[in-house]
Amino acid sequence: MVILSILILNKAGGLIYQRDFNEGLNKLSSNDYLVLAGTFHGVHAITSRISPVPGSGGLEVLESEQFRMQCFQTLTGTKFLIFAEPHQPNIDVICRRVYELYADFVMKNPFYQIEMPIRCESFDRHLAAYIKPKQ
Amino acid sequence: MSNLQQPPASPFVPFSPNPSIQSGMPTQTTPLSVSQKPTQLGSSNLRFASSRKSIYDRHLNRTQRSELSKSSFAFLFAEMIQYAQKQVAGIQDLEKKLNTQGYAIGQRLLELLLHREGRSAKRETRVLGILQFVAQTLYRHLFGKPADGLEKSRENEDEYMLIDHDPAVNSYISVPKEMAQLNCAAFVAGIIEAVLDGSLFPCRVTAHSVASEQFPAKTVFLIKFDESVLEREAVLQ
Repeated sequence: MVILSILILNKAGGLIYQRDFNEGLNKLSSNDYLVLAGTFHGVHAITSRISPVPGSGGLEVLESEQFRMQCFQTLTGTKFLIFAEPHQPNIDVICRRVYELYADFVMKNPFYQIEMPIRCESFDRHLAAYIKPKQ
Repeated sequence: MSNLQQPPASPFVPFSPNPSIQSGMPTQTTPLSVSQKPTQLGSSNLRFASSRKSIYDRHLNRTQRSELSKSSFAFLFAEMIQYAQKQVAGIQDLEKKLNTQGYAIGQRLLELLLHREGRSAKRETRVLGILQFVAQTLYRHLFGKPADGLEKSRENEDEYMLIDHDPAVNSYISVPKEMAQLNCAAFVAGIIEAVLDGSLFPCRVTAHSVASEQFPAKTVFLIKFDESVLEREAVLQ
């Protein structure tokens, strides 16, 4: 169960958190990550509109030979993108756990401004403690 | 305040052990079985159940075993910190504000805990006794477990340290780098200070973070007693 990286997008599609958990990844500049996030936000919105099934949500899973990306959108519009190795089961469990950690260590932090980039040390710590043993 | 001129329809049946005693206002003893909405006195925020009992009618031990959700407290506490931050500038003032907020709670907690101890309650006159009360009884009431350590400072006679490996109030808070000296357990320090002041051990309590490998959130409450406490302790020795 190898997690490659995690991105968190706010309601407006701006990137608020990005972290790599695997050394072999391409290091992009922070601007590139912002562009990626904005692009995904747009694609997500478009896919929810052009879907032939009425009332469906946006893009959820994107799988290629190199990776599998899963998007978990909360009821409040925050998106959690988990990049993992292909053919991974149980990424939902990871998504939910990351959401739980977010709700605990980011939302309950009085020094965090909503929709701003996440700079919470305990969130980083607990996330690493959760993800690292799985590598 | 025109409704103070005439006696309001009191939801309370006036308690008079001797019915011949006349009270100032004409008693309108409405039987409790009559269900009528009690009139609000001026700007009172007191809430009345349908049985017309308020929080003051409850037995004090009713909520003794009840627990509070940590998340509920965390959200309330986060709001308290943000509220305090808007009113003050600077870390010292923020800690002082949190201390004051905790102080109000500690004053009432002391009375409640001593009342709940019942007949076996002993008034603490020695420093070690009151510190044990804080470390055991108070801490158990607040956090469900006793404090992790109680130490006496070697350098100063009047300083004692109460150690908590992982204060529950701080568990979801990450202090940003520019405010690294802030410890939000100043709130708990306020509670402790009020309990000690109320037991006639005037002191200053502050919270300091001492991160260690094993316990990154370890907090020490530094209790600094006044001169009078040391003098009294010397006399009682």
